[in-house]
Amino acid sequence: MADQIFKKIYLKVWRQKNAVSKGRFEKYTVENISSGLSFLEMLDILNNQLIEENKDPIAFDHDCREGICGACSLYINGRPHGPDDEVTTCQLHMRKFNDGDTITVEPWRAGAFPVIKDLIVDRNAFEKILQAGGFISVNTGGVPDANAIPVSPDDAEEAMDAAACIGCGACVAACKNSSAMLFVSAKVSHLMKLPQGKPEAKRRVLSMMAKMDELGFGSCSNTGACEAECPKKISITNIARLNREFLKAKFSE
Amino acid sequence: MSFISSDMRILESGAPEVPLADKWATHKADLRVVSPANKRKLDIIVVGTGLAGASAAASLAELGYNVKAFCYQDSPRRAHSISAQGGINAAKNYQNDNDSVFRLFYDTIKGGDFRAREASVYRLAEISPNIIDQCVAQGVPFGREYGGLLANRSFGGAQVSRTFFARGQTGQQLLLGAYQALNRQIAAKRVKMFSRHEMLDLVIIDGKARGIITRDLVTGEIMRFGAHSVVIATGGYGNVFYLSTNAMGSNGSAVWQCYKKGAYFANPCFVQIHPTCIPVHGEQQSKLTLMSESLRNDGRVWVPKNKADAEKLRKGEITPSDIPDTDRDFYLERRYPSYGNLVPRDVASRAAKERCDAGYGVNPEGKAVFLDFKYSIESMGRGYISTRYGNLFQMYEKITDVDPYKEPMMIYPAIHYTMGGSWVDYNLMTTIPGLYSVGEANFSDHGANRLGASALMQGLADGYFILPYTIGEYLADEIQTPPTDTDSPEFENAEMTVRERIKRLFSIQGTRPVDYFHKKLGHIMWDYVGMSRNAEGLTKAISLIREIREEFWKDVRITGEEDNLNPELEKALRVADFSEMAELIATDALERKESCGGHFREESVTEEGEAKRDDLNFSSVLCWEYMGEGEKPELHREDLAFENVILSQRSYK
Ligand SMILES: Cc1cc2nc3c(=O)[nH]c(=O)nc-3n(C[C@H](O)[C@H](O)[C@H](O)COP(=O)(O)OP(=O)(O)OC[C@H]3O[C@@H](n4cnc5c(N)ncnc54)[C@H](O)[C@@H]3O)c2cc1C
Ligand code: SF4
Ligand code: FES
Repeated sequence: MADQIFKKIYLKVWRQKNAVSKGRFEKYTVENISSGLSFLEMLDILNNQLIEENKDPIAFDHDCREGICGACSLYINGRPHGPDDEVTTCQLHMRKFNDGDTITVEPWRAGAFPVIKDLIVDRNAFEKILQAGGFISVNTGGVPDANAIPVSPDDAEEAMDAAACIGCGACVAACKNSSAMLFVSAKVSHLMKLPQGKPEAKRRVLSMMAKMDELGFGSCSNTGACEAECPKKISITNIARLNREFLKAKFSE
Repeated sequence: MSFISSDMRILESGAPEVPLADKWATHKADLRVVSPANKRKLDIIVVGTGLAGASAAASLAELGYNVKAFCYQDSPRRAHSISAQGGINAAKNYQNDNDSVFRLFYDTIKGGDFRAREASVYRLAEISPNIIDQCVAQGVPFGREYGGLLANRSFGGAQVSRTFFARGQTGQQLLLGAYQALNRQIAAKRVKMFSRHEMLDLVIIDGKARGIITRDLVTGEIMRFGAHSVVIATGGYGNVFYLSTNAMGSNGSAVWQCYKKGAYFANPCFVQIHPTCIPVHGEQQSKLTLMSESLRNDGRVWVPKNKADAEKLRKGEITPSDIPDTDRDFYLERRYPSYGNLVPRDVASRAAKERCDAGYGVNPEGKAVFLDFKYSIESMGRGYISTRYGNLFQMYEKITDVDPYKEPMMIYPAIHYTMGGSWVDYNLMTTIPGLYSVGEANFSDHGANRLGASALMQGLADGYFILPYTIGEYLADEIQTPPTDTDSPEFENAEMTVRERIKRLFSIQGTRPVDYFHKKLGHIMWDYVGMSRNAEGLTKAISLIREIREEFWKDVRITGEEDNLNPELEKALRVADFSEMAELIATDALERKESCGGHFREESVTEEGEAKRDDLNFSSVLCWEYMGEGEKPELHREDLAFENVILSQRSYK
């Protein structure tokens, strides 16, 4: 489809100087925006405009701009990653909007993800959860031949489905309780679905769950908002699996 | 013969002089080891935690060293390695198609157009099977056959099927594997991880690498870190071209800082242009998206046979399906019948440019060719294509708004990978004692053109299986050395230089944002130092680059604060380095008066228009030594001896 030129796009953007200052919304207008641009390219244009006006540009996280690094994290018009399905913010294109639209842009809102500046939040809590057990304990070297561990293609596919999580945090931002269950369940499922991950499955699920609770993420009330907003279609069946594994591990303690 | 000054050094790799297949084993047997008790007294800094850095940091920590690791993103999991799509090579011969260590070695040497070091490439091929074993043990969910064993696909430049993959997200899964190993060491307190920290200088004490200066990207704090050895794993510098398939933050700054402190820069002009990227679209684009090379397994590349059809396509008067098969020119299959659509990247890129320059381009800009899946969908079904490439097709549709199941993809070459980098010896040590370089940041293994699925292999070989052995050779002499004193004058000076540079940037208070200069630099690089180069253009580029650099230092405007998160400042520091590096790239391209791999000099072509090497004069690595600001860098050389392959004009016909 041929690109259109939007004469005006109005923006309401959350500005916050640093972690301790109070934030507020600021209004901006950008003009002559091609519908073929990505949302972040539109923000680039706005930022260069701000620099020309000698104002501080809007800070937002991004890096790969291909939907895989998980850095980008905007809450756009009330939806994590904006009004398109199965995409990250960096893959969202202006063609999803109309000329003259007002677009509201906020950071992820969750107690466990404090704002660092403007639209950038601190997702270190995810790191801590993974450090608590999101791995298979093997050192480099001394492992068996790769084909010595057959894995059925169905299990490999399911593991891959879960391993596709990019750690963006949209699930937490979408959840009214700020629960991290989808994220945790994705890692637990990925490793559990593979024979290599089974020996320490119990220990893994217990310590990741304990860490998650400790870091102030809320509990899961099964609304499915996380799955709906996950750009990588991580399924909430993973949460059911996580709960089962957790109970099993708990009872055998 | 090119001009050789009396100061030219001939660099030696240090690989042992024994038969090729015995080199690594012999070398390992000779390497010294450090006892576990002494390892605990030694500190290693690893800058960069992509595939190469994360695998190195984790493995070194497992051995008992104290590791400090750094990355500029908020997590190691976001390193640029995450976006690698297609796969990783290994000489497993699981397909029984007569693959072997020697064949992978040979393909890599030939693919690199005979400009890589035999000993290092052979070692890479030799180690490759171990990488797959390691990754599987970590839980990397590679694609599988029905029987539960690992599946393979083919990649460009090879006639065997040796590429392992995790859908179109191989880099992601391999990086998560290395990241998980790293996380385990962070939890065990063997690695201290500094995310959102950017290295801004290298500190040398008594001629040895002893530490780094960083900026905390959240608070702006300038910090000092000391160690017994420093490992650079900061990736490639493709973003010097502004538009590339690299992540927005990918940069060459750490490598450049090391160059300025004495680490020779090898083959800076060896840059890879990838044939299958989504074409440039408009002026405001920020990056280019790769469509994995694996697509060439099942997609056929074509343009119309008739210019009139191409013109109608450009105007939107007809669609691709209006052109019957008989009027389609499958130019890769036509020109290279034995490799067809799977010729190496440099060959495929130039062939696409040739057709577009001749007037057969198919998008409005005339800068695109088709990659068509119609034929595979007809023979194998849509399901076959969607399991293999589903995520790539989705990505393509989200960006272009075109459904590639129904219409062919449009693709065009784009800057993708840098084969050049810090020169390293067989131990991966640079010309600065104690400074190592791994992954895309070094120059090793890929010669003048990298084969698909070989960067992941190299990064992990370096990090898991080479550096952990070779670093011991150096550190064995450092066991008596106390922890580095970061109050020393060397640290003081390095920190001051960094602070002054930042002050200077803020004080310019010019009129234009950083992006303006970066884009302008990129245009020059693409036009004169891109897919096709000649002496006149390169000379012109050098003077244009100097002009931009001057303009940048007079007119850039950095807003925001020094002591706060400030992406403009981060960009400015990187672009300042790019504007210097660009000149070295052009200088190197000018010096290498031959065509080889991705380096195409119009003055050096065969009668059929293919790249023509000059083995007599250029069978060597060109290494540049920094001589000070405004001074011409000094040229040194590593001569490449080919004892196990016969140098031939590369042919994929
Ligand atoms: C789109 C795409 C697809 C690809 N597909 C494939 C493929 O299928 N197969 C294949 O083999 N190869 C592929 N490649 C190439 C491959 O991905 C890269 O060459 C490889 O991942 C580089 O790994 P690395 O560890 O050397 O560097 P990177 O992954 O780039 O990591 C660099 C690290 O350094 C850090 N860093 C950088 N500068 C600084 C600084 N100044 N201070 C502190 N930290 C810093 C970063 O934070 C990061 O952690 C692809 C590349 C691209 C762009
Ligand atoms: S589960 Fe989905 S939404 Fe949550 S972090 Fe992973 S990819 Fe993002
Ligand atoms: S920037 Fe990497 S996922 Fe959006």
